[in-house]
Amino acid sequence: HSLRHARVRNYVSESEVCKLESVPLDFGDYHPLKPITVTESKTKKMSRKGSTSSTSSSSSSSMLDPLSSVLDGTDPLSLFAAAADPVTTAPPMDGARRKRDKDESSAVGSDFEPWSGKRGEILARYTTTEKLSIVSGGARKATTTGSAVSEKVRTRLEELDDLEEGSQKELLNLTQQDYMNRIEELNQSLKDAWSSDQKVKALKIVIQCSKLLSDTTVIQFYPSKFVLITDILDTFGKLVYERILSMCVDNRVSLPDNFSPESVNDTAKETCLNWFFKIASIRELIPRFYVEAAILKCNKFLSKTGILECLPRLTAMIRGIGDPLVAVYARAYLCRVGMEVAPQLKESLNKNFFDFLLTFKQIHGDTVQNQLVVQCVEIPVYLTLYSPAIDWILQCIAYHAPDVLLTEMMERCKKLGNNALLLNSVMSAFRAEFIAARSMDFIAMIKECDESGFPKHLLFRSLGLNLALADPPESDRLQILNEAWKVITKLKNPQDYINCAEVWVEYTCRHFTKREVNTVLADVIKHMTPDRAFEDAYPQLQSIIQKVITYIYDFALLFSVEKFLPFLDMFQKESVRVEVCKCIMESFIKHQQEPTKDPVILNALLHICKTMHDSVNALTLEDEKRMLAALINGFIKMVSFGRDFEQQLSFYVEARSMFCNLEPVLVQLIHSVNKLAMETRRVMKGNHSRKTAAFVRACVAFCFITIPSLSSIFTRLNLYLHSGQVALANQCLSQADAFFKAAVSLVPEVPKMISVDGKMRPSDAFLLEFLCNFFSTLLVVPDHPEQGVLFLVRGLLNVIQDYTWEDNSDDKVRIYTHVLHLLSAMTQESFIYHVDKVDSNDALYGGDSKFLAEINKLSETVVSQILDHLKTLGKEETLKRQSQLAHYFFNTILAHGDLRNNRLNQLSVNLWNLAQKHGFADTKTMVKTLEYIKRQSKQPEMSHLTDLALRLPLQSRT
Amino acid sequence: MWRGRGSRAPPGSREAVSRDGAMGTTLDVRVKRAGKVYRDGEVLSGVVVITSKDTVQHQGISLTMEGSVNLQLSAKNVGVFEAFCNTAKPIQIINSTIEMVKPGKLPSGKTEIPFEFPLQMKGNKVLYETYHGVFVNIQYTLRCDMRRSLLAKDLTKTCEFIVHSLSQKGKLLPSPVDFTITPETLQNVKERASLPKFLIRGHLNSTNCVITQPLTGELVVESAEAAVKSIELQLVRVETCEFEVNIVVLLHDDHLITENFPLKLCRM
Repeated sequence: HSLRHARVRNYVSESEVCKLESVPLDFGDYHPLKPITVTESKTKKMSRKGSTSSTSSSSSSSMLDPLSSVLDGTDPLSLFAAAADPVTTAPPMDGARRKRDKDESSAVGSDFEPWSGKRGEILARYTTTEKLSIVSGGARKATTTGSAVSEKVRTRLEELDDLEEGSQKELLNLTQQDYMNRIEELNQSLKDAWSSDQKVKALKIVIQCSKLLSDTTVIQFYPSKFVLITDILDTFGKLVYERILSMCVDNRVSLPDNFSPESVNDTAKETCLNWFFKIASIRELIPRFYVEAAILKCNKFLSKTGILECLPRLTAMIRGIGDPLVAVYARAYLCRVGMEVAPQLKESLNKNFFDFLLTFKQIHGDTVQNQLVVQCVEIPVYLTLYSPAIDWILQCIAYHAPDVLLTEMMERCKKLGNNALLLNSVMSAFRAEFIAARSMDFIAMIKECDESGFPKHLLFRSLGLNLALADPPESDRLQILNEAWKVITKLKNPQDYINCAEVWVEYTCRHFTKREVNTVLADVIKHMTPDRAFEDAYPQLQSIIQKVITYIYDFALLFSVEKFLPFLDMFQKESVRVEVCKCIMESFIKHQQEPTKDPVILNALLHICKTMHDSVNALTLEDEKRMLAALINGFIKMVSFGRDFEQQLSFYVEARSMFCNLEPVLVQLIHSVNKLAMETRRVMKGNHSRKTAAFVRACVAFCFITIPSLSSIFTRLNLYLHSGQVALANQCLSQADAFFKAAVSLVPEVPKMISVDGKMRPSDAFLLEFLCNFFSTLLVVPDHPEQGVLFLVRGLLNVIQDYTWEDNSDDKVRIYTHVLHLLSAMTQESFIYHVDKVDSNDALYGGDSKFLAEINKLSETVVSQILDHLKTLGKEETLKRQSQLAHYFFNTILAHGDLRNNRLNQLSVNLWNLAQKHGFADTKTMVKTLEYIKRQSKQPEMSHLTDLALRLPLQSRT
Repeated sequence: MWRGRGSRAPPGSREAVSRDGAMGTTLDVRVKRAGKVYRDGEVLSGVVVITSKDTVQHQGISLTMEGSVNLQLSAKNVGVFEAFCNTAKPIQIINSTIEMVKPGKLPSGKTEIPFEFPLQMKGNKVLYETYHGVFVNIQYTLRCDMRRSLLAKDLTKTCEFIVHSLSQKGKLLPSPVDFTITPETLQNVKERASLPKFLIRGHLNSTNCVITQPLTGELVVESAEAAVKSIELQLVRVETCEFEVNIVVLLHDDHLITENFPLKLCRM
């Protein structure tokens, strides 16, 4: 037993030998991972294709970028950049105009807000609780479920009728939802009829639908009805156009996008003409107008000038519509189709608007008034029904229109008694820059204008929306705010008020200081607090907060706005309050650059974080918790009291008591406190004074009592280990022992399966990783004078011994080989690493033979455990594992064992043979291992390996 | 402004082909032009298509072009008895037959036999334009007959084609009409005094119209004492090969005002 088991290591010289040769780094231009950067981009005409391309020169000149080579040398991004270049240098307005000059005739650009963006808004805004009726032909399916019995009977009776035109029935007493369902059914049966080749029936359905637009009963629903029905018309227009287009396919080549009528074949033309003739013979004006407008695009098949000729005729046709509301929506539809099909034809757009102005006074005529009395609709409500249509027409006119035209339009509106309805539409539709530049004029007009029942606060809201997008002249800014707010603050109805205020908050934040913002917030609080009016205005209030934090992201400034926190108090519904808190925290994390200790910020944010934390309950989703914790952690990381470590620790203590329900926050706090301890050590350069030692112990204590409250076992294990390391580094030896003991006693509790990202996974890999980590630390942990030699290692070995391992796994043996590595390292005269200012066992025992004997004894026990396990693998199905494990163990002995020890030498030969015995060994590996041994034998004091190599036969594969 | 156009076959409607059930032999006549429209002096061309799974035995295939005028006397104009007796004596305008294939066999599959008919009138006769009216009918057809043995049925397929008259440029003189309608201009008024006052002005761009172009004009209600309920435009086909347009204004007190303008149509 006097022989050593472990070989003596000279770590320094080994490291010298194993180190890779150091090569001076060449910081030249070339690096394969360095991204190719475009340093210049030129625009030049390529002679072959005549297209614009850009050449990009990259800093790595030797290599061709595979992407750009695919694109034939044209990098689309730099191409775009090159194209955008002249525009970006010019002011935006000018750029837009230049662009317009370039593609005058092509389709509208992305800066035109499409109809699809409006329709949802209209549907949501114009609703009714009145009962509706629908006249429908037989073209309905009986899909009504849950409707009244009488209606079912009615539906069945209708089914008995044939599907021809005569069978029209009026359905009464429909709710809005029923009505919308009916229209959707019509839409569906249109598609069905079309796909089953019943074109005539399809046309009949469309006619029927457009007839519904002449009905103005339940007038407050009319805008929504218009949206629904024109959807169907659009569908129809598309179907017809595509059908005729498909007839033009010649030799499987379809027409180009910009085809001319000459390339359309006769059959297609004939069919197209038939559609127009059929539609021209619709008796009633409104369906005739709508259906023809729906297929306006089809004129492209017939003649070049078709659309140009049709638009004025259709525009003039609308004059025949008596009801002003029906007429204005018909105009809106024509403008919509016109913008889509031929945006370059502006004349008809203007004409439509002028025609509308001409008949404007009809809105206040007797016929309309009588109708409103019958329907019990107030004038203000009635007037707002016009807005979507007028807005749309004006938007079409204003798109890329010169200021001169807009000014003319404005003048015309003014002449018509400066009507509020028109003024509002002008502000909604015209360019924000145009409006903003004339803000004072508009305010004057708003003040003077003839209200005629149209609510004035809507006008201020519209103006505010423009000012949020474009800036008025510097000199007018304060006056504008004063004038507007004077009116807004007088609004009695909280909903009217908040809708207006919401818009103007942005203007205020954009151009003014915290004083004005504070005033505005105070005014909102004053208006919304009585009768808890804020309860009905959470979305608007939320939007106000959003705007404020978008503009004021300096949190010191933000919290010095006195009314900001009182404003937050209005969010009394928890879900909304948490949402608002989240927004604020996100903004803080995004914008706060420097750590802070500002007591105002800390107090406010702690309060906000506490609100978020307190919203967590048993029902909170994991994702939500994770998100809240991430926000709180982001805040904790940004708090720093500088050199005042005690204050920092007490902040963490306070945070712990506040956020105890969110585990990730506790974990963050433990890390932060550990970091604080290490920071203290750094400041003291490793030599703690009495005071700092006490402080560090306080930090350690914080961790020690916090860790057990965590639920995840691996989080606990790793934090014990980590905190133990920190304690060790700060010379708190008994505290470190406590951490490690806690870790050792926690290992038996590790379950077989753990939940990772919501899925159950075997825990062995995690455990193995943790234990390896733990062993590495245990090397430097000095023995406690009152406990036995290596008591922690022994303790851990006992735990491993008793742990119930999976039957078919070799993890235990793998851990034991790691223990051998540890024991081998422990026998060295000087350990491979140390903790500064901590004496490890090498210094404590100084190579004492009793200590070494103890290690040898431990090693032998471990080796015999391994051998026992190898024996159990002798069965047919486990031979492969046996071979692998034997080779693994052989390598361990080779690396760490002293092979001059005969027993060890013999053991290694046996293992070598065992690995090859059943033909499972990988010959290549075996050959390489043998070559390694031979190479090693040439090292000084390793000559005994020569003999070993001779005793290791290579099994040839037969 | 208004626009009126005659109605046509619904878009996408198709005529069935003649089919012999048992053998699955089909016979079809197709003229070349998609619109099936031809003019005097042009050549009517197309193909006869025979499709069959097996070979087709036949006793000859012939093609007949026919044009006829049908007059039906109205019971309004003459007595019921005369109307009954005097129906249907179609007057033939054009009639010619050609033999396309001599008796024999046609191979299985699809056989296309092209044909051409010159549309030429003899002497001073006029090739009238196709017209489908209530009392007058001018119709042109192509009929293909496949005669077969006694055991199989003969197959026949008829196909209408449309004749448009030649351009009548000389006839077209623009003839705009301005009109004013007031209580005073009206005829057939019983109590002129009880009529509400109104003034309607307007114009027709021309009463001589090109049949392919929209009929256009404008109407302005300058003033009306009673509210206008509706204004309609009625395009009426008078069965003497003429047309007229009626303006019908219905006032809220149910007064009905109509004004009538005859139209002349021609083809360019």
